[in-house]
This record gives sequence, C-alpha cells and structure tokens, in this order.
Amino acid sequence: MKPLKAVEPWLRVCLGVAFFVLFVAVWSAVTFSGWVPKIFLADPLQMLRSGWVLLTEMDFGHDIAMTLWRVVGGFLLATLLALPLGVLMGAYKPVEAFFEPFVSFARYLPASAFIPLLILWVGIGEAQKLAVIFIGSFFQLVLMIAVAVGNTRRDLVEAAYTLGVSDTNLIRRVLIPGSAPEIAEILRMVLGWAWTYVIVAELIGASSGIGHMITDSQALLATDQIIFGIIVIGLIGLVSDLLFKWANRRCFPWAQLSR
Amino acid sequence: MKILQLRRVERRFASASGSTLALRATNLDVAENDFITILGPSGCGKSTLLRIVAGLDSPSAGEVLLDNQRINGPGADRGMVFQSYTLFPWLNVLDNVCFGLRERGMALAEQHETARGFIRKVGLRGFEKHYPKQLSGGMQQRTALARALANEPRMLLMDEPFGALDHQTRELMQELLLGIWEAERKTVLFVTHDIDEAVFMGSRVVVMSARPGRILLDRKVDLPHPRHYAIKTSPAFIALKAELTEAVRGEVLAAQRASEGLGGPESSTDEVNSSSFDEGPATEPQQRR
Repeated sequence: MKPLKAVEPWLRVCLGVAFFVLFVAVWSAVTFSGWVPKIFLADPLQMLRSGWVLLTEMDFGHDIAMTLWRVVGGFLLATLLALPLGVLMGAYKPVEAFFEPFVSFARYLPASAFIPLLILWVGIGEAQKLAVIFIGSFFQLVLMIAVAVGNTRRDLVEAAYTLGVSDTNLIRRVLIPGSAPEIAEILRMVLGWAWTYVIVAELIGASSGIGHMITDSQALLATDQIIFGIIVIGLIGLVSDLLFKWANRRCFPWAQLSR
Repeated sequence: MKILQLRRVERRFASASGSTLALRATNLDVAENDFITILGPSGCGKSTLLRIVAGLDSPSAGEVLLDNQRINGPGADRGMVFQSYTLFPWLNVLDNVCFGLRERGMALAEQHETARGFIRKVGLRGFEKHYPKQLSGGMQQRTALARALANEPRMLLMDEPFGALDHQTRELMQELLLGIWEAERKTVLFVTHDIDEAVFMGSRVVVMSARPGRILLDRKVDLPHPRHYAIKTSPAFIALKAELTEAVRGEVLAAQRASEGLGGPESSTDEVNSSSFDEGPATEPQQRR
C-alpha cells in the first residue's frame, strides 16, 4: 500500500463487500455460539425470520412508507425554504449579516429537544413529525448553502461583469449554476441527518413508522425486530445516498471531470 | 481619435501602516486601433491600471473616460481576458462564448452563428461541445478570447493572458492574437511582463515604474504589419528590445532596493496572480551585479 494511491474498481467493491461479510460473520459467531444470550442480541437468521413476519403479517411496509414520507416531506419543505434564503444570504452580504447570527445559533438547537414543545403546539399528528425534520435540517441547509454560494470564484464573477451581466442575472447565471454541485452535495448530506431525526420523532407519540415499531418491540424484548428495523433504515439511507450521488453525476458532469 | 483617456488616475490601498500608493497620478490617451502593451515590474500597478479601466476597481482620484463618458463600473463595452482561467466550468465552449450575447437578449440561432464564427477564428472548430476542464490552458485562453471578442467590445483589455502558458504555446497565442488584431483592428490594452511579447504585439509600448507606478516611457513601435514571428530576430526589433530592457531593468532594481529597504514588500495587493518579474526565456541573459 502506498499513501493516496487509487485502488482498482473491482478491488474496491470486493473490499467494501468483505467488511459486510466479516461483520455478519462476527455477529453470527457470537450469537449462534450462545456467547451472547438471545435476549440481548438476536442471531442473523432469527432477525431475517421476524423481518419476514413483520413484512408479511404485521404490515411493516406501511410503517416504512410512513417514515419515508415524513423524511421526504419534512426535508423537501426545509429545502424549498432554505434554498432561496441561502442563495440570498450568499449573494447579499447585508442579508447574511441579518440572518447569519440567528441561524448559527438555531442550528445548534437539538431538534429532538423540541419534540415536547411541538407536541404541545401541533399535537402528535404528522405535522409534529414533519416539524422535527424541518427544524433539524432547515438551519443547517441555510447556512451551508449560503457558504457555498458566497464562495463562488471571484474571477468568474468579474469575468461575467466584463461580459455585461446585470446583478440579478449574475445570481441566476453565475452564482447559482456555479454552486449547484456543492448545493446538491449539501442536500445529500443533510438528508442523511434527517433520517436520524425521524426515528427520534417516531419514538414519542407515534402510531406508525419504523421508530414506532422499534419502541413496540422494545416492550416485548424483540431484539430481532429492532435490529431488522435498524437495518431497513440503513438500507434505505444507503439507497437514497447512491441515488443522490448518481443524480448529481448526471446533472453536473462538468463538476466531475476534474475528479 | 481618442477612445480612452486616463486623467490623473491614482490608486491607494488601505494597509496596516496607513495606506500604500499603488498607482501615482497617471495620464494615458489611447487612440482608436491602438495596441498598447504595458510593461513593468511585479507590483508596479499595471494590473491595477487595467482593472480600473475595466471598472473592476475604482481610482482613489482622477477619472477614466471611454468615448468621453466617465467609467463607473464594468460593462460589455470593455471585454477582458484574465491571466487566470475564467471560463465558466458549467458551460461548454459554445455556451461560454454565447454568455455575453445571451445577456444582450440575442436570438439563440444568431448567438450560435456569431459564436461559431469567433470559435473558428481562434482555431477551436470542433471543440464547441467541450467543457473547459477538457481543454488545455492555451485552448481555454483562446476560448476566453473568443468570448470577449464575440461581445464586440469597444476595447479589449488583457491582463497577462498568456502568463500561465508554456513558452511555445505563448508564442503561438501571440501570433493568433496579432493576426486577429491585424484583421479586425480592435483597440487593445495588453499588460505583460514579457518584453518580447510587448514589442512583438504592440503598436505602442508603455513602461511603468516601480511602485508607486507611473508611466516612465511611452514608445511607438514602428515595425511593419503584418508581423511574422521571424521579426523577433530583426535588427529593429532587437534594438527596441534592448532599449526597453534597459528601462525595465532600472525599475526592477529600484523595486528590489525599495523592498529590501523596507524589509520585505507590503504584500503586492494588485498583482495577486503574477509571478516574479522575468523576461521570458527568449531574451538574452542579463548580467547580475
């Protein structure tokens, strides 16, 4: 191995899969041997069996759909509002000076700590779940988008001005397209964080969703179901991440050429 | 006929120790179809001067008139080619060249027709769909030139546009630009620290002093057009180069003395991208004292 030397694509895939295999192997070893009691950690086969039962008999598909809709809904809402505000803050320094201190403060407010308040304000319905996701992702998005837009190369801005661009068109034709790949990366990252908030939101006052199933299983000490739920979340996260990466590569081929 | 007039243009930069005078009250008249090359040591304010004409920087005193109108900011009437590669990376060559045309609201078909014409002029036919990252440095600067020309500016401002290119590419670019100028007779202000380049391209060479910059020498270049690269070895060319080398050398030494006396330069704010002064490999080696 040499530092920073690239790895062959096939070897890369093999190594990535190898760790999953190793992980499951260790898990199997400690559970099947009886070294860890079933009550603390279910074995992989048991996990798959109860996962099958969950999906076929207990309508777990509906829970997954509910959780998906909450994440996507809350995240889209946050994105729709964060994009224009972030771009404005990045482009106009007085706007940034006005909002930035508050947004910097607000992004450290833990979204999960708002749950009791949100239940008080909007009840335990869908609005509360969406609000948790929104609070968790909106402030992060605004700040990171503003930085991405504000970091537009100054020489490109100057070149655009010498080509006669107007101030509003500078935003439309230079600042936004120039920072678009970075903004797409920011969305991908924050969507990952939104997944962690939704489960917390569903642990309290929910009647459906993956988080709700996990709380129910806790009462029954059904570690197999809990692990299955966690793995489902991980898989959905992995798939959405890959989709995002693929879409970014498709939308911004020019940004990939250098990598 | 005068197209551009600089009237006692001065530029001060705020610095820790008060303010630094980068450009001393400078007068310069540019006539229609002039190709003026501006020579000077690093940090002499030649880039600052060009940026003020472009409207990207404003003078602390004095004014710049373009067609007797005072310049207050950048505009499409002064096209610029920068030393750094400033093509928009998200646009291909064709769309980069169309950038200014689209801003004017030109119909798409007309934009493309105009742009293709200029892309052909800079020898990039067939590269319309390439993105900047896929082009060499020389090709990127040729595209930048086409982009500036397509906008039909009154003047073309060039800030060491070939400074980052290797020597061979740079010489080809000089011939290309000169050929275009000879055909179109644009008015050009061209900043460089390469004396060969200044003499070969210019119809007038302006030498600037060490900081604070002022115009030291304003010399007409009486070499016939069209100029062939072989002219670089003609007696007239060599004589003029020798004269300018003397003038610039004095200023470089003055700049060095000034910076040594101060214990290091007060960061040359105006020439962020320029490398240290050198004449380019083609010139005779200077004797160091």
